[in-house]
Formats: sequence, structure tokens, C-alpha cells
Amino acid sequence: MANLVEIRDLRVAFDGVPVLHGIDLDVRPGEALGLVGESGCGKSVTWLAALGLLPSKAKVSGTVTLGETDLSGAPQAKLEKVRGGRIAMIFQDPSSALNPVLKVGRQLCEALRLHRGLTGNDARREALRLMDMVGIPDARGRFSLYPHEFSGGQCQRLMIAMALAGEPDLLIADEPTTALDATIQAQILDLLARLRAEMNMAIVFISHDLGAVAQVCERVCVMYAGRIVEQGAVGLLFERPRHPYTRGLFDAIPRLHGPRTPLVPIPGTVPDPRNLPKGCAFQPRCAHARGFCQSERPDLLAQKDGRKLACAFPLPEGSEEVEREVRREGMLQ
Amino acid sequence: MIRFVSLRLLRALVTILAVMTFAFVVLRMSGDPAEVLLGPDVPQNVIDAFRKQWGLDAPLWQQYLSYLGAIFSGDFGLSMRDRSPAIDLVMERIPATLQLTIPALLLKLGIGIPAGIYAALHRDSALDRGVIFLAILGFTIPSFVMGLVLVLIFAVTLGVLPSGGIGTWQHAILPAITISIGGIGILARFSRSAMIEVLGQPYIRTASAKGVKWRDVVRGHALPNAAVPIVTIVGFMVGSLIAGAVVVETIFSWPGIGRLLIVSVSNRDLAVVQCILLLIAAVMVVSNLVVDLLYGWLDPRLRAQPAH
Repeated sequence: MANLVEIRDLRVAFDGVPVLHGIDLDVRPGEALGLVGESGCGKSVTWLAALGLLPSKAKVSGTVTLGETDLSGAPQAKLEKVRGGRIAMIFQDPSSALNPVLKVGRQLCEALRLHRGLTGNDARREALRLMDMVGIPDARGRFSLYPHEFSGGQCQRLMIAMALAGEPDLLIADEPTTALDATIQAQILDLLARLRAEMNMAIVFISHDLGAVAQVCERVCVMYAGRIVEQGAVGLLFERPRHPYTRGLFDAIPRLHGPRTPLVPIPGTVPDPRNLPKGCAFQPRCAHARGFCQSERPDLLAQKDGRKLACAFPLPEGSEEVEREVRREGMLQ
Repeated sequence: MIRFVSLRLLRALVTILAVMTFAFVVLRMSGDPAEVLLGPDVPQNVIDAFRKQWGLDAPLWQQYLSYLGAIFSGDFGLSMRDRSPAIDLVMERIPATLQLTIPALLLKLGIGIPAGIYAALHRDSALDRGVIFLAILGFTIPSFVMGLVLVLIFAVTLGVLPSGGIGTWQHAILPAITISIGGIGILARFSRSAMIEVLGQPYIRTASAKGVKWRDVVRGHALPNAAVPIVTIVGFMVGSLIAGAVVVETIFSWPGIGRLLIVSVSNRDLAVVQCILLLIAAVMVVSNLVVDLLYGWLDPRLRAQPAH
């Protein structure tokens, strides 16, 4: 099946500092793709750049195609049709993502007017249906309320309703649950999974919450310092991560099942984009780094098991427990 | 909503009362009208008679109470100079002052706000820097300097506009511009920073992400939010419609409230000064009240929650 979105060699620089170093990414119709990585690794920037939503000081190169449409360098009018129409986006902090001085109904109707030409009572009826669909109780009574009169979780539901207004082929969910309580997070994730199935829409789920990614996504890309370092089916990556960074992400989250084991944080911090280490960007924090890693940067290469991997000395396949012990002892010494 | 309005009304009344009391006490502590009006070499019995006639011989609290009582029955007292009602003297000066301050206010709004918004939308461009530079220049140059410079250029050198006095509409041009320049600078800077602040908010990105045209994002999503801080400054400017021209009226010999205030203060014409201060306070308070109400209208988050 043809890809819905193809991103090729997408690069972004802010004030001459590159933050995205050539991203290749495909999104298939209807699939759920996770983008994972620490803050500042370029997950959100990738999609903001693809939709032309970065401030004008950002320098973007590369190509982004949506079906037959080339979005890279497209005129604003063309991008405006795509935004919210074919590709919709929801954001991290839903309470500040809605305009505080406009009634929520009006904000919903604006999207309906732009992308489906609905006005007046038709728009209102459809807006109410969308509010119902995303689980806003008493939509009719709350149509004329302002965003501050809704809870954070309900604001995110409203954002989702607004995103659905244009019946998009792809929904970019940029950390949609980060600012919400745990129970609300689970509800929002359920809602996204349900809507995706009902509307046959692809989802790109940007998150640093691996649990949430596992719940929603089929495929996952792990990003580090502006590059994709490992990519593959969720099951494959989560059970047998091979990039030491992917592995580090898993070791840093507590496990609910099995024996209690100490958490192993990834040492060090995300490198400053102005001052990236030579060779592999992860090498200073990597327990497996060797001389080669300090001078050469590994390419993202397809592996036999279907994943893509950018590591010269990946973790061996199928030796998870041994590896884990080795790392832990290394940490204790 | 009723609670919101009545609370603010009450606050407005208390403010006016405080200004009246302050003016009353300070005026009476700071100099004796009898000595100023009658001159230095007047015999004591004349001074005593004058004091008795104007009630200045009574204890301060008693004067204050009778002043308050008179105010509430609509009597603002008589001018000590020509015994005409103070309120009439003040009222006949108001149109002259408004002839300067209203055009000046329109200039401030019409130039300051668009310039600031334009600068914000073209941040860091040469035009943006130009606007900031002119704005700083505008509100750092004192109005008496600006007024004299304008007179020098347009009246003395070019000879196209009169240098002072009142008469034709041309007479109002230089003073009105002089009054407006500082306000234009302030409003430009304020609108710019308010707009920049708003443009950085997540809901602006949301609006763009849902496909709203940039022009409509600015008009429909950014401006209504930036209006709240801008209205504060505008309210302040409306409040100074009466009192904002004291210096400029003096430079341009414009017979408005400002000139009357200066003459009355130096003559210790108590009733007139009190009347002017009361008027200034009332206008300021009313415009603040309107701003408060506008806040609620502009930003639903500031509306007081109805009692549940």
C-alpha cells in the first residue's frame, strides 16, 4: 500500500544550529506510529516542520509528501488546506492550546467552516456531534462555555474533537497526555485508539511515555539528538531493543510485574545541539561505545528482522537478561 | 455580575473620597489663601475678616465636614478671586481642553496600536527596530521640549502653524501632536509586547494547525487576547483626558483646565483647585471602572464566577 506521508531527509536548523539531521519517515494509511525520545530530540519539530508551523527563523530542508501533494516549500494557501484538513494536530497542554477568549463551540465551528464548509446550524449540529463523540457530557449545554470552564482532560477531548472536524487522514498527537492525570491519560489513550479505528485515520503518537506508546502504536521510531536511531514494530523493539539508547529508555522505567529491580537511568544528559559529540551522538552516554563510535556515525540500516538500526555495536539479539545483568553490575561498580 | 459591578462601584467611590480628602487637607496645610490673595502688607484684621468670611477660621475637621456636606448637595463652592461658582469656571474650560486631548487620544490610538502590532508581526525586521526606536524617542522626550521643538520648526522656521493661543483648528494642531507623541510611543511599545506575548501562546499554534489563515489567526485569535493589556493603557489615557494637558496648555497658552489649575494653585483658590481635582479623580475613576468592565467582556476568565 502506498504511504500516506513520506518524509525524506528532513533537516531543520534554528539560527544556524541544526536540530534535525535528515529524518526519513513513512506513515502508512491508518497506522499508529510512535515517536519516542527525550525532550529536545526533535520529535515535535519533525511534524511542526512538515506542516510549516515552525517560526520563520527556522530553516527547513528536505521533502514531505502527502499522497500526491508535495508539502515542502508549498505556498501557505496549500498548507492551510492540509492543516486540520488532511493532517490535524493536537498538543501537549490542552488548557493553553485552546483560545481562552473564544467559546469552545466557536472554535469547533471555525474548523468545520474551514474544512467542511459548514456554517450556522449545520456547523453547530456537527460540532455537538463531535463533542458527543469525544465524550464531553452535556455537549449542548457546554457549547457556549469558555475553555477555562473545562478540565484539562476535557480540553484535550475538545482539541481532539476540533482535530476530527476536518476528517483528517492523519492525526499528530504531540504528547497529548503529558499534562494530564494518570487516570485521564488512560481515558484519552482509549479515546484515541477508538477514534482511530472508527475513522480509519492514521495516528502519529509523539511521547516519551513508552507505556502509552505500547498501548496505542504498532510501530515505533526512537529518536535521539535529531536522528532516528531505531525503528520497528512495537513488539520487536519493546521485547528485544538493540540500540543501547532504546534499551536505556526501557531500563529507566519501573516494572509492575516480576521481581523488584533497581532502575537504571541513562547516565549523562541530552547533548546540546550546538555542541554535538563527534561520531555517534549517543556515544558519551553509551556503555557499549568503542573507539569507532567516537569518530564515525553509524547509518540507519535495515536489519534482517525488519527493524532499522543506527548502531555499530548493537546489543546482541535474544540475550536480554544477560545484558541487563551486565549493565546493572557496570552501574554498581 | 451584579456583585462584580457593585464591588467596583464601591471601590470607585472610596477612591474619589480619598482624593477629595487628600486634596482638601494638603491644600489647607500648604499655604494660606488670605496671604496670597490679599498680599503681604495687609493688616491682621483684614486677614481675619477674610478668613471668617470664607470659613477658614473654623477647625479643619469642621471645614471638611461642611465641604463634604456642600459637595453632596451639589455646591462646589465659590472662587475666592471673583466669587463666581467654581464649578462654572471649571466647566467653561473643559471644551478647550477636550479640543486638544480628544484629537490627541485618537492620534495615540490610531498610530500607536497599529504601529505596535505591525512591529510585533514583523519582529526583528528593520521596520520593527525603527518602531521601537521612535517609540522610545517619543516617550522619553518631555512634552515641554517636544512642544518647543515643534513650535521652532512649524511656527518659527516654516511659519505654517500658529505658535500658541486658541482660535482656528490650526491652533490645535501643534499642541494636540505634542500631547499625543508620548502616548503613541507608550501604546506602540505596549501593543508590540502584548502581541508578541500572545503570538507565542500555544493557542496561536493550534489555530494555525487547524488551517486558519495567518491573517485570520492574527485578527480572530491573537488580537482579542492582546486587547486586554492594551485596554489597560488606553483606559489610563482616557482617564487623563482632563488632566493630561497641563504642561502643553501652558506652553501653547491654551485656555484649558490645565492653565486654570496652575493659576488656581498659585493663587490658593481653594474651591477651584478642589473642584478640578475632584473632576480629574472622577474621570480617572470612571475610566478605570469602564476598563474593569471591559476586562470582563474581553477575557471570560476574569469574570467573577456567579455564586453557586
